[in-house]
Amino acid sequence: MKVLAIGLLLVAVLAAQVPYERIVAAEKEPGNWLTYSGNYQGHRYSPLSQLTPANVGGLKVRWAKQFTMGRTQVSPIVVDGIMYITAPNRAEALDLRSGNTLWKWERPIPRDYQSIGFGQVNRGPAILDDKLYVATLDCYLVALDAKTGQQRWAVKVEDYKPGYSMTLAPLAIKGKVIVGVSGGEAGIRGFVDAYDAATGKLAWRFYTIPGPGEPGHETWAGDSWKTGAGSSWVTGSYDAELNLVYWGIGNPGPDWNGDSRKGDNLYSCSFVALDGDTGKLKWHFQFTPHDTHDWDSTHVPVLLDAEVRGKKRKLVVNPNRNAFYYALDRVTGEFVAGREYAKQTWAKGLDDKGRPVPVPGMEPNAEGVLVWPALNGATVWFSPSYSPRTGLLYVMTRESGATYYKREAEYKPGTFFAGGGETRIPEREQWGALRALEATSGKKVWEFRLQSPPWAGVLSTAGGLVFSGTNEGNIFAVDAKTGQPLWDFQAGGMVAANPISFLVDGKQHVALAAERVLYVFGLP
Amino acid sequence: MWQLLVVAAFAQSAHDAVADVALGKRIFDSQCTVCHGQGGTGGRGPALTKPLLPKAPDDGALRKVIAMGLPPEMPGSWQLSVREVASVAGYVRSLGSVKPEPLPGDAGRGFALFKTTGCSGCHLVNGVGTAVGPDLSAIGARRNAAFLKRAMVEPSKDLPDGYLLVNLITAEGKVARGVVAAEDPFSIQIRYVSNGNYESFRKSGLKEIQRQPGESTMPAYGNLPAGQVDDLVAYLASLRGDSK
Repeated sequence: MKVLAIGLLLVAVLAAQVPYERIVAAEKEPGNWLTYSGNYQGHRYSPLSQLTPANVGGLKVRWAKQFTMGRTQVSPIVVDGIMYITAPNRAEALDLRSGNTLWKWERPIPRDYQSIGFGQVNRGPAILDDKLYVATLDCYLVALDAKTGQQRWAVKVEDYKPGYSMTLAPLAIKGKVIVGVSGGEAGIRGFVDAYDAATGKLAWRFYTIPGPGEPGHETWAGDSWKTGAGSSWVTGSYDAELNLVYWGIGNPGPDWNGDSRKGDNLYSCSFVALDGDTGKLKWHFQFTPHDTHDWDSTHVPVLLDAEVRGKKRKLVVNPNRNAFYYALDRVTGEFVAGREYAKQTWAKGLDDKGRPVPVPGMEPNAEGVLVWPALNGATVWFSPSYSPRTGLLYVMTRESGATYYKREAEYKPGTFFAGGGETRIPEREQWGALRALEATSGKKVWEFRLQSPPWAGVLSTAGGLVFSGTNEGNIFAVDAKTGQPLWDFQAGGMVAANPISFLVDGKQHVALAAERVLYVFGLP
Repeated sequence: MWQLLVVAAFAQSAHDAVADVALGKRIFDSQCTVCHGQGGTGGRGPALTKPLLPKAPDDGALRKVIAMGLPPEMPGSWQLSVREVASVAGYVRSLGSVKPEPLPGDAGRGFALFKTTGCSGCHLVNGVGTAVGPDLSAIGARRNAAFLKRAMVEPSKDLPDGYLLVNLITAEGKVARGVVAAEDPFSIQIRYVSNGNYESFRKSGLKEIQRQPGESTMPAYGNLPAGQVDDLVAYLASLRGDSK
């Protein structure tokens, strides 16, 4: 038996293309992009330095990939000359030199599938060993053979009919693939799941809303916990040393009517730190207790080590949808620093534990109440970027307010359970900015002003550049130190995706999608 | 399977269903505002506050869209009865158009004034006139009399989208004045009011962009006799986009 086990292990090692050890040391191979955020720390930072403020003006489109479904939000994976992309219930492997399709995979979307409260998108795949992992709209986690696209296994994560769905890129850690679910407007009970990467067997499930008898359950009135939402629809981060998985949790439900769910509604609008082996909660931090504005904290947690007030700290930082920036101790969850980074009118500030001090009368009501930020928040699902070279956190920031209304909410499985809505202020009064914040405090260092509240993520590079895109269709680069614009390209459609960087034949390239087209840029 | 059932049930009784607009509003508020905004002002989904909805040109089409959804983004509403669907459709329809109201002016006289006081020198009505300002062919369905009057007397108060005046100061100190046709963080395109021609500028080559949100290219018509203003308002209110 032992011999057989060793034999199997050998086969596994030989077949492995992207063992965990490669991903955990991603900075050693900057020519690839091995996980959603480029590294487990959620940095979306490229250690490549060929592109610089001096030469970025010469960037040209090298190839483009057209998608057949709507606007893509994909953040590709790049490994050893191949780019892996996804669309809803689809995946493709592309030749990195030409963009030609090497294989494609598709899983039919059931006819009765409905997206309740979000777009039909997919934000990317994950890779581990010899498999590519894709989360589907009908809530399956699928493992594909990375070489051929043939299906190895598919497991049902949850039933899509009551509103569960998946749009995120899975997070593959050692031996496990982790996913979260959408459905925060449909009265689901959210969770974070880990599956055995080889077999697809459920390894652990962490419910984002504690059940009876569990700590935190008392933060939900009556039976409201059963339909309390707490979705988990954006990819988390991982500290390999601490073996902790960090995940952002969505809004409580019903979104804009909190009457039936009196209490803080843990762990909605929180970051949770989960043991990678067991899924056990190590700590939590709630950004917006008893949220009534749909301010999901479904953000990529950004992990960094820095000195704060003379003390070395292991931090997790987050520019939150609620317009406050947070730096937390990622070992304990303790609040270290925080401040407003975009216009907000709902809180007087944060107390010394990081809990917001609410301004009275800012909850939605029948007549409507004007609050900043609007429901899409000061930032949303798209990624910020942290550059260890500048110590700055770059975030696309939305400056927008809305009149929030409270309405009745009746739970019927598979329908909207939202209890209100918003009317945004006129478009001409909304704007946006790419902001560079001091990563340890959130203090603004510079900003590059945008025409309208953006939907694009950010990439920073060791070459001293920051890349992103606009609603007006520009894909652009600015100087990472000053925010000075250096290069822009009209891509012909709104940018609502995350950029990445990699090498093609030893030359640095950048990829970012606009509308239905993924562009790959390089120097001629 | 349920989709087929919905279609069958829908086909049977869709035309018999009577809309209850108040019920429609209640359902809209709890089910639709997430994407379409309170009062249908738009958000993730399109605004519904317009007389003509491109994907639902008539009541039948609108009821079908509500019942079946518009894949991939808009879910259907299998949970609603045929009557409820009709009610939501009735409410949505009510968002798009201003109800006709009794007005003191005379639309016929207003029509004559529209030509003689210079309005048609800048506005199209059913394809006739000059296309400088907004097309007014359906303005009466979108705006009430009070708004129309204010727009005539104080045109800079409610500037329509796409008519923001701007002065661009170039690096050489030249001034280009026009209406902003398009703009992104890196470039701006303006339309000259005088001749309708466009010009494109890189922002890096501009010294200054002076936006004039309080100004309109339309002259104020406050000095017209009150009776004539009423007649013009009556004429504009009668333009409901129903001319084919």
